Amino acid sequence: MSELIPRFFIGGSVVSLFAVMGGILKPTSFAGLFGAAPSVAIATLGLAVAKEGNSYAGVECRSMVGGAAALFLFSVAACHLILHFRIRAWIASLISLGLWAGAAFVLFHLLN
Amino acid sequence: MIIKIDISALKESKWQDYAIRFVFGGLVTVATGIIAKKAGPAAAGLFLAFPAIFPASVTLVQREAAERKARKGLRGEERGKDAAADYSAGAALGSLALLLFAAWGWSFLPSYPAPLVLVSALVVWMIASGALWFGWKRFRWRR
Repeated sequence: MSELIPRFFIGGSVVSLFAVMGGILKPTSFAGLFGAAPSVAIATLGLAVAKEGNSYAGVECRSMVGGAAALFLFSVAACHLILHFRIRAWIASLISLGLWAGAAFVLFHLLN
Repeated sequence: MIIKIDISALKESKWQDYAIRFVFGGLVTVATGIIAKKAGPAAAGLFLAFPAIFPASVTLVQREAAERKARKGLRGEERGKDAAADYSAGAALGSLALLLFAAWGWSFLPSYPAPLVLVSALVVWMIASGALWFGWKRFRWRR
């Protein structure tokens, strides 16, 4: 429990920082790059290295390759749902999240 | 294709929007730690690329674009969705760069000092995402 609170604040701060950076950049598509920024990764890998060491963090990065590929599918799906089906952004995100989960699950088993 | 920094855009957002992203980012980081403890680093690693920023940010982009149009007396809903689609396209490119970030960490973390690897991985992400965006814009313009 004692490590969860600093983890919450570190993670929240790093994610917020990247979100703010995305919020002040134009055009919108360039700001969108920050929607896939390594915010959670930076916070978590930093904590993992401090607590468990480099090799542990390296294993996390291996799986992250699968997560990033799933994130690509998520983003493409959300884009198509909004652009072609004119679905609201939050609904498109929710639907695409299911795709992320499925793709991440498959890629996890391929990578490990 | 000019990239601009618009600080005034921060005023368009409400404090609740920042709070949501802070809380969500914190929760995802905590959840990743718990997953790592229960299921190991391989399972937790997937969540390093969890779309933590995207849902709140894309919703905000849609809303703000629609509101800007509405202030001019026009219907903003379609403009909002176009802006959200643009944001999503950018996120797709960013996620390809994120793949490089992850591969960089996977390759070099076991052998080199962590601060050097993480900082250089971040630089790789920035360069790759920028290059992909410029290439995509050029390709789109040519079509």
